[in-house]
Amino acid sequence: MTKNSAVAGEDFPSTPARRISSYLYKNAKVRLRLLIAAPVFWLGLVYIAALVMLLITAFWTVDEFTGNTKVNWNIDNIVSLFTDPLYTKVTLRTIGIALAVTVVDILLALPIAFFMSKVAGPKLRNILAISVLLPLWASYLVKAYAWRSVLSNTGVLEWILKPLGLQTPGYSLFGAAITLGYMWLPYVILPIYGGLEKVPSNLLEASSDLGAKTFTTVRKVIFPIILPSIIAGSIFAFSLTLGDYITINIVGGPNQMLGNLIYTNVGTANNLPMAAALALIPIGIMFAYLGAVKRTGALNNL
Amino acid sequence: MRINRTAAIILGTISSFVMAIVYLPLFIVLINSFNKSMNMDWPPPGFTITWWEKAFGSGGLIAALSTSIVIAICASTIALLLGTLLAIALSRYKFFGKESVGLMVILPIALPGIVTGLALNNAFRTVLGMQLSMATVIVAHATFCIVTVYNNVLARLSRTNRNLEDASADLGAGIFTTFRLVTLPQIGSALIAGGLLAFALSFDEIIVTTFTAGSGVETLPIWIMNNMFRPGKAPVVDVVAVTTVLISIVPLYFANRLTREEK
Repeated sequence: MTKNSAVAGEDFPSTPARRISSYLYKNAKVRLRLLIAAPVFWLGLVYIAALVMLLITAFWTVDEFTGNTKVNWNIDNIVSLFTDPLYTKVTLRTIGIALAVTVVDILLALPIAFFMSKVAGPKLRNILAISVLLPLWASYLVKAYAWRSVLSNTGVLEWILKPLGLQTPGYSLFGAAITLGYMWLPYVILPIYGGLEKVPSNLLEASSDLGAKTFTTVRKVIFPIILPSIIAGSIFAFSLTLGDYITINIVGGPNQMLGNLIYTNVGTANNLPMAAALALIPIGIMFAYLGAVKRTGALNNL
Repeated sequence: MRINRTAAIILGTISSFVMAIVYLPLFIVLINSFNKSMNMDWPPPGFTITWWEKAFGSGGLIAALSTSIVIAICASTIALLLGTLLAIALSRYKFFGKESVGLMVILPIALPGIVTGLALNNAFRTVLGMQLSMATVIVAHATFCIVTVYNNVLARLSRTNRNLEDASADLGAGIFTTFRLVTLPQIGSALIAGGLLAFALSFDEIIVTTFTAGSGVETLPIWIMNNMFRPGKAPVVDVVAVTTVLISIVPLYFANRLTREEK
C-alpha cells in the first residue's frame, strides 16, 4: 500500500474531510501521533506524573502547625521505614501474607486450570470458565463481607468445624489470608487456563510418542510454556495483597497490613509524606518483580 | 498425552471442591439476606424479608447506586476512547518507546490500588491544590479502566485481517470511511465487551475510590463500607451485596457472550 489510490480531487469531490483523510493516509507518522497523543497524554500526565510526585513527596515533610505538606527536603520518612519497629514488622508481615496467598493460589489454580483445559469436555469447560469468571465480578466488598459471616464465631465455619473438635480462625491474620487467597483465586486461574489453552496438542502427542510419561510431559513441555501465565497470575495475587487494607479491616481483627499504615497516614495522621514513603515499599517490590519477569513475556498475559 | 483415570478423578475432585468453596460464601450472603438473626447467626433461627424491604426503602442507598452508575458510565466512556486509540496505535505501528507505552497501560492494574489511589490523591490535593470531588473519582477510574478496553481491542485487532483495510483504501475509501465501515464493525463487539468490563470494574472499585472521592461523594461500595459495621445494618448490607452481584452478572454475561462468539 504505497501510493495514492484515493487520488483526492480526481474521482471524488475534494471536501476538507477528504483532504485531511488523504493527507493522513500518506503520513503514517502524523497518523500515529494523533492516535497516541490523547492516551499517552492522559496516562503520562495523570498517572506517571502522579507516581513521580508521590516519590518526591516522600522526601518532604508536614508543617506541624498548618498540617499542610511542606517542601522541606529530608530522608527522615525513608529512614523510619527501616528503623521504626512498627513499620518493619508490618512490612515483613504483609510480604509474608502476600507470598503465602500467591503460592497457595497458584497451587490451587494449577489443577483447576489443568482440569478445565485438558480433562473436561467442551460443555463442562464452558460452564467451569463462566463459574470461575462470575465471582471475579461479584464485588470485592461482598466477598470480604461474605467471609466475615463465614468466619464469625456464630458463623457457618464454626458450625461445620465444631463437631470435628475444631474452631473457626475467626477475625485474625489467618482469616484475612484465607479471604485474600479466596478473592484473588480467579485472577490466578484465568491466565493459567488461557496459557494451557494455547499449548498445541500435537506437542503433547509428540512428547508421548517419544515415550514421555504424563508427568514428564507436564514438567518438560507444559510447564515451560505456561510459566509466563503462572507469573501473570502471581502478579495479580501478589500486588493485590500487597496493597490491601480493607479485607484486613473486615476479617483481620485488630491486625494491620501495609495498606492500613498508608491509609492512617493519609487520614487520621494527616501525614501525606509518610504515606508516600510507605507506598514506596509496594511500588519498589512490584517494579523489581515486573522487571525480573519482563523477559518471560508474562506481561503480555495480564 | 494420556491422562489416566485416577489423575482425572483427582483433578476433578480438587476442582469441584475448590469451586464449592468459591461459591459457598456467596450463597451464605444470599441466605443471610433472609436471616432473621441480625448477627448472621448460623444456622439461621428463621427467615424474613424485612431486610429487603428496608434496603429498597433507603434513600441513601438509591443515591449511592446512581452515583456509582454515573461514575462508571463516565469512566468507561473515557476508557473506551483512550483504550481504543492506544490499541490501534500499538497493533498497527512500530515506534520508539512502544514497550514503555505498553507498560504504562498495565501499570495502573499491576501496582496495588492503594498506590494508584494515594498517587492521585497526592497529585490532586497537594500538587494541583484541587478539592476532591466526583470528577476526581472519574479521572482515577478511567485511568485503571483503559487497560480492559485496550486488552480487548488489541486481542481483536491482532486477529482481524488487515488486507480488508488495504482493500478498502484501494477502492477509494478515505481513512475515516475505512475505519467506520471496515475496522469498526470488526472490533465492535470487543469494544462493547471491554466497555462492559470497564463499567463493572469501576462500579465495584473501593480502594482507589476512597482515596479520590470528595467528602460528599458516596458510591455504592463506599455506602456498603460505611454501613457494614453499623449495628443492625449487617442484614441490609447482605441485601445490597446480593443485588450488586446480580447487577454485575448482566454486563458480564453479555461481555462473555460477545468475546466468545468470534472464537
